[in-house]
Amino acid sequence: MPQLSDEQRIVITGVGLAAPNADNLQDYRSNVLAGKSGVREIDLRYIGKVPAGICTFPETKYRKRKENKRGTRAGCLGVYVANEAIHDAGLADFSLYEHKRTGVYIGLTEHGTVETENEIYSLSQFEYNTDFWSHHHNPRTVLNNPAGEITMNLGITGPHYSIGGACAAGNAALIQGAQMLKLGEVDLALAGGISESTGSFGIFASFKAEGALALNEDPTKACRPFDMQRNGIVVSEGACLFVLERLDKALARNAKIYGELVGYAMNSDAKDFVLPYGPRQAECMQLALDRAGLAPEDIHIINTHATGTKQGDIEECNAIRSLFVNCPDTYINNTKSIIGHAMGAAGVLELAGNLPAFKDNQVHPTINVDSLDPECALDNMVTNEPKRLETVNTILNNSFGMVGINSVVIVKKMTSA
Amino acid sequence: MTIDEIKNVILEIIQDIDDEADFTNLNPSGPLRDQLDLDSMDFLDIVMELRKRYQIQIPEADYPELATLDSCVSYLMPRLKAA
Repeated sequence: MPQLSDEQRIVITGVGLAAPNADNLQDYRSNVLAGKSGVREIDLRYIGKVPAGICTFPETKYRKRKENKRGTRAGCLGVYVANEAIHDAGLADFSLYEHKRTGVYIGLTEHGTVETENEIYSLSQFEYNTDFWSHHHNPRTVLNNPAGEITMNLGITGPHYSIGGACAAGNAALIQGAQMLKLGEVDLALAGGISESTGSFGIFASFKAEGALALNEDPTKACRPFDMQRNGIVVSEGACLFVLERLDKALARNAKIYGELVGYAMNSDAKDFVLPYGPRQAECMQLALDRAGLAPEDIHIINTHATGTKQGDIEECNAIRSLFVNCPDTYINNTKSIIGHAMGAAGVLELAGNLPAFKDNQVHPTINVDSLDPECALDNMVTNEPKRLETVNTILNNSFGMVGINSVVIVKKMTSA
Repeated sequence: MTIDEIKNVILEIIQDIDDEADFTNLNPSGPLRDQLDLDSMDFLDIVMELRKRYQIQIPEADYPELATLDSCVSYLMPRLKAA
């Protein structure tokens, strides 16, 4: 890999998460290895019963109910995972890093949709008289809301903002955090993504209108990337934040290091509002590999973005097929099959689900693959059962989004400094 | 509405804003803000809830009238007479 000084090498030293099937990394890892789905049926205003991923976590562990009520669901998720991450990193007392030198970078697919729908519904009870429009609507819907709620809770006075990147946003925020550390803008970064999209009937209805909403009698089988019977996306809520530090500081304090962010890339399809484009995804993966100084055969796990749509899954498989030729040690999986599509949190939650592979050398399975679509058939796909490898040293994580946005990150196991 | 009924309405609204609010030692003539850790957004919540429940429009200039439980009662009594 390119020789970088330790001040320019960025490592992950803390993980906080809320997924539809777990509220901490250990349980999450156990559940993704076991293929334990977090998807269930919900009944949502106007749209009715749909499969969705809903998170259960101790919502008042770090913030009072009053504050959760005032803020947003995204803020509630964010405050929980930010605290979990910083505690996990052993940095919760801010004795090593200053509050003013800490940045919060949150990837969002969208924000404000839930709050606006709720407000309009409430207004409809008062004959649409805008005197009854809530004073909470502005602070709840500004795009920096979830990141800002985290800073208020933790007393962080460094920069905070959101990265709007459709479903590529989680990885995009992770990249932003690393870049700000490399630039010396901050000394500590909380970076990741959040999704509260399951609160919006419009998100479900829009996917339905596009013919891209998953439906299945058994909600745990609704999300089925690569399977012949796949019929769309399962919308999930969720959040995952990583604590990022420069390697020199992490080593100096003898931090637990989950992995090093050795490569990343973002690019744009410049093609279509909704349809993904494989060739550009391949270019994005190649850019990330180049930055990492790695060849395709050096990658041990490709964690796919595939959402369970007909064309999207094929596009990504074609992109992988074009790049990963003769790569016998590269294995492929998909986390959405287990937790659904956590939108802005998807990329980072899916990466978190795979990070423990550096320790246990297992590749978690893609579940619900009963009949593999030949167009999605790739070598070394890990389906329905986990796969134990001799060693896992590298993970490439794909995350793509609407209006043609692609983000790829490559994380490497810390073997020696 | 009686004095007690108005007091109960205000406390009920505050309870809805903060279900952990403790009214045990509340001084009715002391500022609600200090005693119950309320801020300006909370007072806007109170104003909105009164508007929703009783169609009362409280102009911004009158917000100081809601400072204490007693002043709330004095201010709201004539406006809630028929409620």
